[in-house]
Amino acid sequence: MADAPVPAISVRNIHKSFGQHEVLRGISLDAHDGDVISILGASGSGKSTFLRCINLLETPDEGEITVAGEAIAMKRNRAGSLVPADRKQVDRIRSELAMVFQSFNLWSHMTVLQNLIEGPVHVLKRPKAECVAEAEALLEKVGLAERRNYYPAHLSGGQQQRAAIARALAMQPKALLFDEPTSALDPELVGEVLKVMRSLAEEGRTMLVVTHEMAFARNVSDRVMFLHEGVVEADGAPEDIFTNSESERFRQFIGGFQA
Amino acid sequence: MDFDVAFLVSTFVKLVDAVPMTLALFAASVSLGALFALGITYCRVSGGLLLSTFARAYVFVFRGSPLLIQMFLIYYGLGQFPAVRHSLFWPVLRDPFSCAVLALALCTAGYQAEIMRGGLQAVPAREIEAGRAAGMSGLLLFRRIIAPIAIRQALPAYSTEVILMVKSTALASLVTVWEVTGTAQRLISQTYRTMEVFLVATLIYLLINFIIVRLMAFAEYRLSPHLRERPDPASGGGRQGEVHG
Ligand SMILES: Nc1ncnc2c1ncn2[C@@H]1O[C@H](COP(=O)(O)OP(=O)(O)OP(=O)(O)O)[C@@H](O)[C@H]1O
Ligand SMILES: [Mg+2]
Repeated sequence: MADAPVPAISVRNIHKSFGQHEVLRGISLDAHDGDVISILGASGSGKSTFLRCINLLETPDEGEITVAGEAIAMKRNRAGSLVPADRKQVDRIRSELAMVFQSFNLWSHMTVLQNLIEGPVHVLKRPKAECVAEAEALLEKVGLAERRNYYPAHLSGGQQQRAAIARALAMQPKALLFDEPTSALDPELVGEVLKVMRSLAEEGRTMLVVTHEMAFARNVSDRVMFLHEGVVEADGAPEDIFTNSESERFRQFIGGFQA
Repeated sequence: MDFDVAFLVSTFVKLVDAVPMTLALFAASVSLGALFALGITYCRVSGGLLLSTFARAYVFVFRGSPLLIQMFLIYYGLGQFPAVRHSLFWPVLRDPFSCAVLALALCTAGYQAEIMRGGLQAVPAREIEAGRAAGMSGLLLFRRIIAPIAIRQALPAYSTEVILMVKSTALASLVTVWEVTGTAQRLISQTYRTMEVFLVATLIYLLINFIIVRLMAFAEYRLSPHLRERPDPASGGGRQGEVHG
């Protein structure tokens, strides 16, 4: 599938600064259907910022984003900064790129099932009965069928993250964006979430995963991207990059995890 | 003081007659006040500098000055301006009931606006972000995510304000509206039995507020299953199973 003509996500030359601090200095990426790309980097290297630029939770200062061949229209405002030209398009693109957050971000006033059908019913405007049936199947898949009527506050972190992944899948997205999905979890809960993510990778989902889980990056992803000081410092298939990367920094970085 | 049961009962009956007036003042001023408060909150949180300054000033003035004086100014003060007497609003502003409702509403609006702002501020940014990431924006995001969470956060403070408003309706007696307190004072001027009449009046306010407290508590209970105890796993969540929306 890597030779699919149109990439699911294509990002060109993203720049982003916060005030004087230039966080991203020209990052590009092509994710084809079925690709699982791990994004690695030290804390503060701009991984989250990069991921959030893709669905415009952060507005890039420079660069182009194309989702399944559709370019997100941007224009310059009077101050000269880049802004989305069409809010409706941004909303639609976001609904096609589901995001899974580090701290789950489930809607606290809704049950797990309600969390899952919220987007499909109210954003995608699909029939509710159909959405409920699909949501139940998804909850079965992530092992939360019994917890469908629980509120997020009544679930463990691992359960909340699995519910959040199911909520993302319920949107039937073209790609999934994960921002450190296991970083907020107690060590004994990390495994259950990684297992779900691994099964998604195996069924051919397109995934961009910001992570500190080296085993996941190494064993599950098709490609690894290492960000350092706002640029892609190393990039390649895990079997290459983990064994003989040209980047001294990347070797140091993974060295830190093996120690 | 000997207990004159017959007098207490007859007083009770007379004061109960005035309860509809108290409730009308209460209901009209709380709902009108809520409407004003929505406008003020909107100015405060999404307006520019001008609107938010207006909202701050409004809240400062109406929370910072005595309600009684506000009411006197509206009922006795405004009529002194010929422009007001000849305006479209005169039929409203010469009527004691309308003036009392207006004063109560303007005052509670200041408090309610602050309560609403507090509720909005308490909505976790990450839940809003999850909404945006799912493709929600504008009214949809407000209706489905922001408002439901804000209302739940604001409800306890809102209950307190509502109960205060029941008691504040007593001030309307000073602009000749014959609600419970005004009627009680009239009875006292006829019978000179201050203690008994005011005790009965107190009882009536307690009864009204008891009902309101129960209603608000019920609303809070219904809206916050997520803050209650974890459901019994065996029942799979039981009643919480309803999906409504
Ligand atoms: N909204 C913001 N305003 C100002 N600075 C920001 C903002 N968001 C991020 N930054 C800064 O940008 C830099 C990159 O942040 P980012 O969150 O993308 O890093 P990260 O690689 O995801 O780190 P971590 O592994 O800790 O999550 C950091 O120095 C951070 O302080
Ligand atoms: Mg991050």
